[in-house]
Amino acid sequence: MSAPTPQPEPTEAELLRRAKNADKEAFYALVQPRERSLFAAAMAILNNPADAEDAVQDAVLKAFSHLSGFRAESKFSTWLTQITLNEARLKLRKDRRHLYDSLDEPQSGDEGEYSPKDFADWREIPSESLQREELKQALNRAVASLPPKYREVLLLRDVQSLSTSETAQILGLTPANVKIRLLRARLQMRDALAPGIDGSWSSGKSEYQKVRPW
Amino acid sequence: MSVLEISCVEVWREVSNYIDGEITLDLRTRIEAHCKACAHCTAILDGTKNVVRLIANGIQYDLPGGFSRRLYDKLKNK
Repeated sequence: MSAPTPQPEPTEAELLRRAKNADKEAFYALVQPRERSLFAAAMAILNNPADAEDAVQDAVLKAFSHLSGFRAESKFSTWLTQITLNEARLKLRKDRRHLYDSLDEPQSGDEGEYSPKDFADWREIPSESLQREELKQALNRAVASLPPKYREVLLLRDVQSLSTSETAQILGLTPANVKIRLLRARLQMRDALAPGIDGSWSSGKSEYQKVRPW
Repeated sequence: MSVLEISCVEVWREVSNYIDGEITLDLRTRIEAHCKACAHCTAILDGTKNVVRLIANGIQYDLPGGFSRRLYDKLKNK
């Protein structure tokens, strides 16, 4: 008896074709490898795991219903991320906790300069330090403290490693705007993390002053 | 050859592009010449570079337990 011939993995185009014919298994096969990045995109807006999960579920259902509207000229992952971000924004707007926290933030445009607040001499912090829980927590707190419009750009560019043009397409911004927001986000992250750069990761201690000779 | 000087504010404006390698050689040379004489801008540039690396390695959003199963069920029962 001969061994069964292994079936080749269906291509994305084949899965899309089947999904457009209401094949849910094929659609899930397209979504499943992207779950983590969709969740991260929703977290960028909502900053809460339960809400982010709801937003991803709503986005995936919506994408399945509107799959006939998907055009092959854009990447499927880009399209799905756009829908997820939109769902996350809708959820944020509906959420009473953010009733007075407008996403549009018309009062603070991107035009003005951002000046660094802290000029501490930054020592090299090796990535191995990330095994320390306090550094991880400080990073997460700093990301959470960013305004959503900066946080989403930072996560797409520096965590998910998308290009400037992909990020611009997903967020509906110009590449120039993406660059401005990324600069703000990175400088604000640096300022937010500066109190820990003496190695203690606890702000306000006397040691903190040692790295500021001026 | 002398390098045209730039201000601290101009350096801050280009920090991100500098890190991403998206500036002209001329501007890179001017930023590096400025930083040799300016401890503040060196601190900003090095610190931001370090932050970008830490973010890439340190920010992870682990999927909540059962995430995939719940998503699959939701789609299946739609």
